[in-house]
Amino acid sequence: MKLFDTGTLAVTWGYFRESRGGLVGLAFLGLVLFAVVFADVIAPFDPTLQHRDALLLPPVWNEAGRWPYLLGTDAVGRDLLSRLIFGARYSIFIGMVVVSIAVVAGTILGLLAGYFGGWFDTAIMRLMDVILAFPSLLLALGLVAVLGPGLLNAMYAIALVMLPHFVRLTRASVMGEKNRDYVVASRVAGAGNARLMFSTILPNCMAPLIVQATLSFSNAILDAAALGFLGMGAQPPLPEWGAMLAEAREFISRAWWVVTFPGLAILLTVLSINLVGDALRDALDPRMRRS
Amino acid sequence: MKKHLPATLVLGVLCTFTQAHAAKTLVYCSEGSPSGFNPAFYTDGTTFDATGKTIYNQLVQFEPGTTQVEPALAESWEVSDDGLEYTFHLRKGVKFQGNKDFTPTRDFSADDVLFSFNRQLEKDHPYHKVSNGTYEYFEGMSMPDLLKEVVKVDDHTVRLVLNRPEAPMIANLGMDFASIMSSEYADAMMKADTPEKVDTDPVGTGPFQLVAYQKDSMIRYQANPDYWGGKPAIDNLVFAITPDNAVRWQKLQAGECHHMAYPNPADLKTMEENPDINMLSQEGLNIGYLAYNTEKKPFDDVRVRKALTLAINKPAILEAVYQGAGKVARNPIPPTMWSYNDAIEDDPYDPEAARKLLEEAGVKDLKTNIWAMPVQRPYNPNARRMAEMIQADWKAIGVEAEIVTYEWGEYLERSKKGEHETLLMGWTGDNGDPDNFLAVLLGCDAVQAGSNRARWCNKEFDDLIQKAKTITDQAERAKLYEQAQVVFKRETPWATIANSVVFEPERKNVQGYKQSPFGAHYFGNVDLSE
Amino acid sequence: MLRFILQKILLLIPTFIGITLAAFMFVRLLPGDPVTILTGERGVDPERRAAMMAQLGLDQPLPLQYLDYVGKLLQGDFGQSLATHRPVTEEFFARLPATLELALFAILIAIALGVPAGILAAVKRGRWPDHLVMGVALTGYSMPIFWWGLLLIMLFSTGLGWTPVSGRLDIINYYFEPVTGFMVIDAWLSGERGAVASALRHLLLPSIVLSTIPMAVIARQTRSAMLEVLGEDYVRTAYAKGLPTWRVILVHALRNALITVVTVIGLQIGVLMAGAVLTETIFAWPGIGKWMIEAIARRDYPAVQGGLLFIAVLVMVVNLIVDLLYGWINPRVRDGR
Repeated sequence: MKLFDTGTLAVTWGYFRESRGGLVGLAFLGLVLFAVVFADVIAPFDPTLQHRDALLLPPVWNEAGRWPYLLGTDAVGRDLLSRLIFGARYSIFIGMVVVSIAVVAGTILGLLAGYFGGWFDTAIMRLMDVILAFPSLLLALGLVAVLGPGLLNAMYAIALVMLPHFVRLTRASVMGEKNRDYVVASRVAGAGNARLMFSTILPNCMAPLIVQATLSFSNAILDAAALGFLGMGAQPPLPEWGAMLAEAREFISRAWWVVTFPGLAILLTVLSINLVGDALRDALDPRMRRS
Repeated sequence: MKKHLPATLVLGVLCTFTQAHAAKTLVYCSEGSPSGFNPAFYTDGTTFDATGKTIYNQLVQFEPGTTQVEPALAESWEVSDDGLEYTFHLRKGVKFQGNKDFTPTRDFSADDVLFSFNRQLEKDHPYHKVSNGTYEYFEGMSMPDLLKEVVKVDDHTVRLVLNRPEAPMIANLGMDFASIMSSEYADAMMKADTPEKVDTDPVGTGPFQLVAYQKDSMIRYQANPDYWGGKPAIDNLVFAITPDNAVRWQKLQAGECHHMAYPNPADLKTMEENPDINMLSQEGLNIGYLAYNTEKKPFDDVRVRKALTLAINKPAILEAVYQGAGKVARNPIPPTMWSYNDAIEDDPYDPEAARKLLEEAGVKDLKTNIWAMPVQRPYNPNARRMAEMIQADWKAIGVEAEIVTYEWGEYLERSKKGEHETLLMGWTGDNGDPDNFLAVLLGCDAVQAGSNRARWCNKEFDDLIQKAKTITDQAERAKLYEQAQVVFKRETPWATIANSVVFEPERKNVQGYKQSPFGAHYFGNVDLSE
Repeated sequence: MLRFILQKILLLIPTFIGITLAAFMFVRLLPGDPVTILTGERGVDPERRAAMMAQLGLDQPLPLQYLDYVGKLLQGDFGQSLATHRPVTEEFFARLPATLELALFAILIAIALGVPAGILAAVKRGRWPDHLVMGVALTGYSMPIFWWGLLLIMLFSTGLGWTPVSGRLDIINYYFEPVTGFMVIDAWLSGERGAVASALRHLLLPSIVLSTIPMAVIARQTRSAMLEVLGEDYVRTAYAKGLPTWRVILVHALRNALITVVTVIGLQIGVLMAGAVLTETIFAWPGIGKWMIEAIARRDYPAVQGGLLFIAVLVMVVNLIVDLLYGWINPRVRDGR
């Protein structure tokens, strides 16, 4: 079965639609994507603009809050809502870049390892074992320490940490597929290695990769936020959610809103991606369709 | 409420403790783990609080609450006329502490002073390499160049011979690296083949002795009953190691500790309003500044430096970054230091004048960078935020600045080489001597060494501070330093931003704590009322 | 079985060599050197700097440094922390019990809540308890735990004052010599009244935070494992025979729960260690996670190196044990490969 012909897509969507959680997640994700695209239009302020007459204002529904600072301001008077909206850009951007790097690199390595086997396979898989032996966040932390703190470096580090999952997944699928009849037929028909790998085998391994990519997307956002929180990821004044939390930490006993909202934004975004991922897995996994 | 009786404690010395009164335990929420228990190896105040201010004494000490030197293990001293020989008369009847491996058989004497200095000075001293020691502060204060030899005149007299006159010498000897250790203990441990115990299981003459250290968790001391200054009023002293300042404050509020270091500026207001809390405050011996790299264009032009300085809204920075825990700095030395020139006027906040000056200098569309350190320092609670504000201020006069930051080690290294254009930096004083600021940070020698990060070498300024170093009379030295500050202000190698104010909240039942201008924490004369 | 064990162990050797190499290279690539950090704002002149580098063995070419490093490793010498001049082994093992205590409690909480929740969800499949459990589990799984920790502190410690803010014990009122390093056990051994309660109160919030993600994973895994079993013929047969529902569920649930828990612990040990870094940072918990973060910040080469190595080995050993346990519980795995 091919994943990308319209028939399969329609069937997948049919199953996806049955999951209420998946739909809710998709809706929220749509909202976030809207914020990402139209941040400049919908955000009330420039996220780095400091209103020096409005330091640490609580949200408007609090009696000390005031318009137009809907969710209040931070320690140097930046509008929290605007920062959250622009922050969505960073989180989504991080997720996409990290997952793209990990998927592309992981798939290629996995294909090569699974297809050719032998010492090459062993070497790649041992290397992946080494990466997996370190707890992901610690490894990412260490890598960022080597590369220097910053958003880009944090993304490379997280992508590297995620690599083994994609390599293993692709390799396993390839090993399962490569001796199937249709592959053998193509080979007999004279298809080259590259063609076999990329146009014959790969499309048939896509379903688990897509699910893994969705789940990795949310993990990437979480890990990037954690690195930002530890001061190793995005650096202020970038309105990245994790870095905002790190800055907000000192106000824990004085200004609940600067602590609460960025974390809530992370949680809701990650949750909605996971909801979509779960629904997608169920829709793509024929075994689950029984019920 | 349950009172803990220290009968279960390990140290044998404790047997002298009577259970007539409930033990008084003072808990101090400290900001981090000590690096170790030999203060000579390290440079951080956290370690000094846990060693030089509790377990050990020095020959001289700083009178609590001031930068004035007073006698400690040396009762008195004379300086020869050429300023090259310092003779110390040692206090008699001072007892060393003991521990489970060692019971002292003699009182403190000249041998202990010789051991303490020679271990650091002589490369072939049997203890020089023990514990892989590096004597960072001893070297940093140029002691190996300054000290020719340490001579034992008799059991209670020691003479320090110098290579050249150095007025700040006495103040150096009050610093923690000059803590006096027991040579008898060192000999005993060498014999037992466990020399590194001298550094891990400390034995000193100070007001407290170490009971236990649990890494990253707590340090526990008990009062030294034989302390030469009289037994401290509290029985146990505990450092609860709590790196996060918000957490320290929460613990203080909850009564989980009695005194805390380095409160979060954001919490100061709440702290002052709390009826259970006493708030102590004092200007710290420090300066936070923005250095212009005077070797790079256009910062070699004093008009540009002046203009950028005029454009910085310092009061706004004090409000948002220091949140009130700082005062605008006028001079390169803090106001608590002698020779501070109070006659100097600060540059006002004047963007208009700044723009004109830039025009005059022919500088248009200036693009530059501001380096901001990634860590919180005593002189600058949030360099990032400060840089963002300066960036905004400069933008208002048409100067585009990009904020650059590196991880702390790299930051220090790169800025030492002068890669920056403008840089946030600062300094905390070591010994209360103006030389320790002006020569170390702005002297011509310091350009080479890297600690002069404005890379500013001014003949007039340098002559003044070099001359002041060779004179022992403090009033005369003060005059020279005052002049030097005038030159500094005229040339503006730095925009002096702020002297931070050090706040120390404590619970109301803590009695007699005095803040140290050096930012040290000393509990020898503190009591707890019920 | 023996062959299976040996095979598993042999497979680990190249990984182990890779890990030592990785730990070594990693740390050498860090920008800024320890001497710079040591000297701070003051700086140091080139001559003395060279002397200090030589003293630390950092002036040798890299391959030599590596050989030297491995040679010492084999003798059990993991080097000395630059910050404290003490052996890394000593530093690491002084802090390990705190982390283990935290992790153990977290896992216990995760199992105690996750397994029953998963069973409940499977049994009530498609009804509200299922939706509730799965909703909570997915939320837990999506939780940025550093924020979760802050939130709990804000609520229960500073807000309501129910739990202590940080630390492992009320140190004003209690003091005893550490025996095991596990505060709860030491408190119990000390025999002081109230000490155990105090230790538990300190442990509560951090272990809840750390348990969040494993709990979510356990609940989800238990549910799907149960669903699979509930569909099997022999379970239907058991039902048909008229055995009470709770017995069917419990008998089969227990075995499944066991497999799930073992798998999850194996998969989650890394997650747990990563979580420990964040949790310990937030709660000032004196364990190895916090120690590693500080060592990275201080450029304490040997400490970072040793710490990474120990943690990686720990993860490897736990995974090995899980693999073996798995093979023991589930013979198909053992013979199938």
